[in-house]
Amino acid sequence: MSTTKKITVGVLAAALGVGTLAACGSGDKDSAAGTGSKTVTLVSHDSFNASKEVLAQFTKETGYTVKVLKSGDAGEAVNKEILTKGSPQGDVFYGIDNTLLSRALDNDLFVPYEAKGLDRIPAELQLDKDKHRVTPIDTGDICVNYDKKYFADKKLAPPQSFDDLAKPAYKDLLVVENPERSSPGLGFLLGTAARYGDEGWQAYWKKLKDNGVKTVDSWEIAYNQEFSGSAGGKKAKGDRPLVVSYASSPPVEVLFSEPQPATAPTGVSTGTCFRQTEFAGLLDGAKNEAGGKALIDFLISKKFQEDMPLNMFVNPAVKDAKLPELFTKHGVVVDKPHTMAPEKIAEKRDQWIKSWSSLVLK
Amino acid sequence: MVLARPEVGTRARGTTARGSAARLGLMVLPVAFFAVFFAWPVLSIVGRGLKSGEDWRLGRLGETLSRPEILDVLWFTAWQALASTALTLLIALPGAYVFARFDFPGRTLLRAVVTVPFVLPTVVVGTAFLALVGRGGLLDELWGLRLDTTAWAILLAHVFFNYAVVVRTVGGLWAQLDPRQEEAARVLGASRFEAWRQVTLPALGPAVAAAALMVFLFTFTSFGVVQILGGPAYSTLEAEIYRQTADLLDLPTAAVLTMVQFVAVGAILALHAWTVRRRETALKLVDPARTAHRPHGAGQWALLAAVLGTVALLILLPLGVLVERSFDTSGGYGLGFYRALQGVDDSGGTFLVPPLEAIGNSLQYALVATVIAVVVGGLAAAALTRRAGRLVRGFDALLMLPLGVSAVTVGFGFLITLDEPPLDLRASWILVPLAQALVGVPFVVRTMLPVLRAVDERLREAAAVLGASPLRAWREVDLPLVRRALLIASGFAFAVSLGEFGATVFIARPDRPTLPVAVARLLGRPGELNYGQAMALSTILMVVCAVALLLLERIRTDRTSGEF
Repeated sequence: MSTTKKITVGVLAAALGVGTLAACGSGDKDSAAGTGSKTVTLVSHDSFNASKEVLAQFTKETGYTVKVLKSGDAGEAVNKEILTKGSPQGDVFYGIDNTLLSRALDNDLFVPYEAKGLDRIPAELQLDKDKHRVTPIDTGDICVNYDKKYFADKKLAPPQSFDDLAKPAYKDLLVVENPERSSPGLGFLLGTAARYGDEGWQAYWKKLKDNGVKTVDSWEIAYNQEFSGSAGGKKAKGDRPLVVSYASSPPVEVLFSEPQPATAPTGVSTGTCFRQTEFAGLLDGAKNEAGGKALIDFLISKKFQEDMPLNMFVNPAVKDAKLPELFTKHGVVVDKPHTMAPEKIAEKRDQWIKSWSSLVLK
Repeated sequence: MVLARPEVGTRARGTTARGSAARLGLMVLPVAFFAVFFAWPVLSIVGRGLKSGEDWRLGRLGETLSRPEILDVLWFTAWQALASTALTLLIALPGAYVFARFDFPGRTLLRAVVTVPFVLPTVVVGTAFLALVGRGGLLDELWGLRLDTTAWAILLAHVFFNYAVVVRTVGGLWAQLDPRQEEAARVLGASRFEAWRQVTLPALGPAVAAAALMVFLFTFTSFGVVQILGGPAYSTLEAEIYRQTADLLDLPTAAVLTMVQFVAVGAILALHAWTVRRRETALKLVDPARTAHRPHGAGQWALLAAVLGTVALLILLPLGVLVERSFDTSGGYGLGFYRALQGVDDSGGTFLVPPLEAIGNSLQYALVATVIAVVVGGLAAAALTRRAGRLVRGFDALLMLPLGVSAVTVGFGFLITLDEPPLDLRASWILVPLAQALVGVPFVVRTMLPVLRAVDERLREAAAVLGASPLRAWREVDLPLVRRALLIASGFAFAVSLGEFGATVFIARPDRPTLPVAVARLLGRPGELNYGQAMALSTILMVVCAVALLLLERIRTDRTSGEF
């Protein structure tokens, strides 16, 4: 008898041990989320970043503490919200872009909220301006970047447009990401579809393929391994001087070099850009609705908007936010980015990706 | 079943009854753990994929499985896993022997180092491995041979990853086999090979099978390696499940694929359980320190040299490239990236992660995960040691399932099940170590079971006859013999948790990144400092793991030499 007892006690002790650990987990400061009022939870993708002082400012102004949950890459994070619809992980979701917007709206993820200060955001960014289910927060351009040194050495002008990329002078120079798995890859594909239309883009990609385009699965591999102009790519002996990346990549190359060079080592082919707009919305079923609304107001405040560029390398959506010097000095202005309506993207996306796969990968 | 021993008299019957009560007691916690954190989430997400409304749509099975692109994926997954396992055994078994039986300077250090790849995030490993087989890599410079985007790169990288699994699992037991048994066979006239085949091989069988099984499972469910080294042309079942779930949210297809993986893994596990039962015998285990000797004779020196050469080329070289790049700043070799890790960024940008904090987070998570894995796995292994019926054997296989189930399935399952009090853990940090422990438990069980089962039953019986309670018998008989296995198991669980990247990335994490997550984030941004810091952090991760593993080896030698 005593033996069984001992064992039972042992098991219980062990169970309690794990239980206590779990309790610690939910018992620390994180758990304030459950009790509601003073913590507001922001769900975002992995690229989210904000200065501590700026988030502290929000707490000072409103009394709410922000808890950030990073939920995977952009597409995955949206899918997780769709999966947990009605019982969301947090109060506000930030980071849904125009390529995925329809999917979220069709699934009724967000409840309408008209943020304070919305009038400072250009009308063309407000893609849900009748219902205000989402609020535009930032924009960014997906563009081909080039290795300045390569083209200077070869005395060749870098390509500026989609047409250029298919020319024999640029044979075997471009590396792109798989649009199925990478959001810059998808942006680039949508850019070509916007440029050449529903019918024409496939013919264009055939030309690109004949011109030796290389496809890899992720931005990290393309930029850090294959591209010859980036710091990582140089070490990995990357041999592709053209890569699909962002318009903000050259300033960031400068920012994270030591010592900082006078000019960026890479440039942007401004005719190849596709505009991405990211939105935030109040999640349906949010535990802290009032806090969530305050947070959305804050996301378009001047303070947050001016903090964003150096944290996430995107452009502010509001007109009165100033860009940091780094961006004005090393960045480019993309005057006429390619765009596409979210409804059209929603309608065609999967079909285009499928055709693209069988056209380019097979 | 193992050699059934006739049990005589009422006392024996009483022991059995008490034994099964104890077994049930031991199993309560592991069963609860797996039910809540594995079975329930996985079944929920699969159920959601296969149901529309209240109706089950099993017809989806056939539809999905007749799609040619899915068949391609299945075929590639199976053959690359088989080939990888065979190649790993071929290359690593001599290593297991050398590490178990030869005494040479730096052995302990090297054994810790070969385990390091196992705990590095695949993003980093892919980068490092390309330096061996990719453009401008060693093979390219020597012979103009490039293996990236070929299946060979994938197979070699799998060897790189899983070398330690074989060396540690098989070598751990090999070191404890009494070499005098083999010597006795030779005295009786058997040739060296014959003696090995008849004496050592059968004793090693379970451990080799366990190691092969683990390698097969890891390569069958391989994801990151295939993606980075193989390029978009290759896809495994695991990658496809990820794609269907996270990218496309096509839950029906994901559910079907998850079931296919379930069936495949289940079949492998059943096969494994069968081989283990056939080979299970009580072994005479001895102190590993007594079995190792300095190599003698040309043959043994040549074997040692060959193994060390393989290790240097396949494991040290890629790791060395990472270290080299972490020092290779634009102003020549220096500590610039390491300084950047601790300094305040004055260029206006903010740090993604204060790196010291990431190291702290990683260690904390890994420790908690190790405790959970050792408690759950240890109890399960203790319960499974006792001779028992089908039910318990089934549980044995069940414990292994998390290794064969896609992390994305588990992660997404958590999202839809653990969302209500008292188990509203979605936003809690404990979910990370719990997910890590899920992967750690099978290691603990697999490492401990062969040793626990090899304990001679007669020792336990003797203790019982002398009046010891089962607990006391376990403490006095089993524990001293398995302490080594327990420590190896903890080491494994710790190392796996430290580098675990799979499940942790699928859980929405509060902003407390671990080292691997921090590395991935740094690699996700342009700029030399980010790339350099990623390399520096990876180097730190390597060193932390190596030191942790080394410490474990030290503690082990001290304790065990005290026991014997």
